[in-house]
Amino acid sequence: MTYIAKPRLHHPKLPTNALGYTRRDYEGAVSTLCAGCGHDSISAAIIQACFELSLEPHRIAKLSGIGCSSKTPTYFLGKSHGFNSVHGRMPSVLTGANLANRELIYLGISGDGDSASIGLGQFAHCIRRAVNMVYIVENNGVYGLTKGQFSATADKGSKARRGAVNTDSPIDLVALALQLGASFVARSFSGDKAQLVPLIKGAIEHRGAAFIDVVSPCVAFNNNPESTKSFDYVRAHNEAVNRLDVIIGRDEITADYAPGTVETVIQHDGSALRLRKLALDYDPYDRISALTYLQQRHAAGEVVTGLLFVEPDSGDMHEFLDTVETPLNRLGEAELCPGPEILARFNAAHR
Amino acid sequence: MAFQSNLEVAAIQRVNDFVVKFANVNGSGSASANALFAKSILRMGIPASSRNIFPSNIQGLPTWYEVRISKSGHLGRRGGVDMMVAMNPETWDEDLAEIEPGGYLFYDSTKPLPPSKFRDDINVIGAPLTAICNSEYTDARQRQLFKNIIYLGALSALLNIDVAAIEKLIGEQFRGKDTLIKPNLHALHLGRDWALAEHDCPIGLRLERADKVGDRIFMNGNDAAALGCVFGGATVAAWYPITPSSSLAEAFAAHCNRYRRDPDTKKKRYAIIQAEDELASIGIVIGAAWNGARAFTATAGPGISLMQEFIGLAYFAEIPAVIFDVQRGSPSTGMPTRTQQADILSCAYASHGDTKHVLLFPEDPRESFTFAAEALDLADRLQTPVFVMLDLDIGMNDWLVEPLEWDESRRYDRGKVMTAEELGAGIEFGRYLDVDGDGIPFRTLPGTHPTRGAFFTRGTSKDRYARYSEEGPDYVDNMQRLLHKFETAKRLVPRPVKRAAREPTAFGALYFGSTAAAMSEALEALENRGIHIDTMRIRAFPFHDDILDFVTGHEKIFVVEQNRDAQLRTLLMNEGDLDPARLVPILHYDGTPITARFIVKAIADMLAVVTLAPLKKALP
Repeated sequence: MTYIAKPRLHHPKLPTNALGYTRRDYEGAVSTLCAGCGHDSISAAIIQACFELSLEPHRIAKLSGIGCSSKTPTYFLGKSHGFNSVHGRMPSVLTGANLANRELIYLGISGDGDSASIGLGQFAHCIRRAVNMVYIVENNGVYGLTKGQFSATADKGSKARRGAVNTDSPIDLVALALQLGASFVARSFSGDKAQLVPLIKGAIEHRGAAFIDVVSPCVAFNNNPESTKSFDYVRAHNEAVNRLDVIIGRDEITADYAPGTVETVIQHDGSALRLRKLALDYDPYDRISALTYLQQRHAAGEVVTGLLFVEPDSGDMHEFLDTVETPLNRLGEAELCPGPEILARFNAAHR
Repeated sequence: MAFQSNLEVAAIQRVNDFVVKFANVNGSGSASANALFAKSILRMGIPASSRNIFPSNIQGLPTWYEVRISKSGHLGRRGGVDMMVAMNPETWDEDLAEIEPGGYLFYDSTKPLPPSKFRDDINVIGAPLTAICNSEYTDARQRQLFKNIIYLGALSALLNIDVAAIEKLIGEQFRGKDTLIKPNLHALHLGRDWALAEHDCPIGLRLERADKVGDRIFMNGNDAAALGCVFGGATVAAWYPITPSSSLAEAFAAHCNRYRRDPDTKKKRYAIIQAEDELASIGIVIGAAWNGARAFTATAGPGISLMQEFIGLAYFAEIPAVIFDVQRGSPSTGMPTRTQQADILSCAYASHGDTKHVLLFPEDPRESFTFAAEALDLADRLQTPVFVMLDLDIGMNDWLVEPLEWDESRRYDRGKVMTAEELGAGIEFGRYLDVDGDGIPFRTLPGTHPTRGAFFTRGTSKDRYARYSEEGPDYVDNMQRLLHKFETAKRLVPRPVKRAAREPTAFGALYFGSTAAAMSEALEALENRGIHIDTMRIRAFPFHDDILDFVTGHEKIFVVEQNRDAQLRTLLMNEGDLDPARLVPILHYDGTPITARFIVKAIADMLAVVTLAPLKKALP
């Protein structure tokens, strides 16, 4: 891996967003992942989502663990602070960062090994704590950097490129996230940018723990036809329950949908999630039925995608902890130090 | 009839200078009566310290409370017991064996014991405590709880404790629960009246009002360290429950709740996370500190083991973190409720690869307070993990210490953090660039400037501009700068405290942490025997040059520590390139706090060997 800067020059007619930034302003270094890697498509979707939302790049912090997916924050948002931490422990680092400054946007990037194997505990607990973040798992069912071992999300019976069959039961991070109280839960496919970009936008605008599981085939080690995380398998079995548009204040609402199939949800920050239903019987506001639906479809070999659950007015860790509005990292002696008089009283109480 | 004392025994006669030990059953409510005992002595102006020796259990196992009363102000453990208050039949034999010849045994004589259960060289005071309780109370819980207050009342007469001081303390203790005051006072006088009626009071051990306490305070180190974090500006704490450090995090919560609420909104100017494990605790601390908040965690040895990978990341990526290690008996689960200084090496070199960390060694609760605030400054200044090495003895026992102090003009040292203005003015920023020659680079906080100062933090090797690099020269350059930064740390950490013997001597002693309390008494005793030793109390790692000069300035150095493997000695040899033969280990590691007598004997024995042995022969 090298750190290659892309040329700064760009076409003068590149479109700009409300802040005057072009898409290029949200890019990072050139990716060193394998050609065709699903993860690069996810990076591109993140770039597109941040561009479309007109976010200030430096107000985003991107954090990751270890693995192919965790390398990707180098490849997007080059003007944002990034933190490539230790394997499976991004959630705690992100939690701490969020505690220190509640005003930034936190993007947690992880993989299936990083979140479902070594980091399952931290994944679970940061979801439980309702950390305000976008937690993306780039899920390929395999360890890429160490060359092809199964991860804990690989389906039972799924076959690796060299013929090994996975005999362990898979962990479904979406089901876990639902059970653990995540307030925005989605699944998508790296090959479906039209679905993924709005989901990322909706997750960013959401307050609380937003989790997106993105099936992202590994072209090097797990893209054989017998793998349930391959491009062919996911395309053949992808069952999207809805399509999402995210509308923030300054956007015009232009989409035109058949009546009765579209719902608009207003989130805490005023953004609107416009949901176009594909499975008419699917209810994304009911955690329990979402879980049931997912598991029924999974048993039938389907990969359910879309916005699977949302609780638009959920709280977050800071609300639950009752912390002050001012970011903790901006408080100084005047706000933090009780001073000598209090100490004198403390001493007196200990004699 | 109770066994009575052998009148032929020469009874110890001592005023304001003795050791009383209480042998109890845990969960029996004895702790509060015992604490009243210690505090009432302090209220009489007599220096005293107390130590709980307790099991890892909630109810039913043996527990001891040892009070050292010392008019000379020696607040460590002395060794030996002048009066044993034996309230636990399970430990009767070992408790009896600990009493000094001529010392005193106080016990519940309700149930007769055969003479074979006693020693004939001690003075026995049998009080029918259960009988008194049974005739006075019908409720079983009351019988149990008031028995403790009754023995306190009896001791007040036997030892001449100012009963008014105890009465006042009871009033303070139950302030707001006034209905409890009267029955407690009643029980106190039941015991006191029994002793006055049945015994010549006071006995040979007695207390006389003095003025040796001054304005000193009585508190434990975990509480003090937590308060130091409040004063030092910590806003994020993440922890996982583990003895003996849990009370540090809990005290931080209590202090913050009191002193850290926004006066208008009542919202919290702090965040505390009880994490799912120690890995998450340190991860949260690192994330918060990366983002500019002062953050800490509190743990014990097993927690340090779990944090290793993250500590290496913080060292290499240069992120501040403050870690309180309240050391306990190790390895493994070891002795969770006993004290040791056995994490020195595992903290000094924590994590894989070439790492070295800053350690601070407070000697008591007062230094726990000052070093806590100091650690937060040092971590920010040096951008590295800083360990504050408490132990169970300091952390969980109440110590008599000088009042805590805070200079109003003191400002937090937030270290080298480049601001938006500086970045905007075009000042060059290289995250790992040594611009000042001290090995400490500048950092930026996320969200500072729209176009400048962003960088990627990683545990992998990188160049001076935080760009990923696997080039050998880049790696070596960075590792050498980290070493240079560690040299800078030497100048910033607390300096050692030196004390010269009354006469010039070839012998020196090095010690640190909770050993200090017993050391002062040991040195006095050695000096009385004509053995003179210069001492130096180490307060931090990396070692200040003064420490190495002290070692090379003496023929033999006793290194006194509370672990099996002489860990500080190893660290000294390793870092100072010192001759091992010069450093003589004095090691105490049975889980109880080191005593003055242990140190005296070990050093005196050693010196006998040194003086008898031919000069060329190595020490055993």
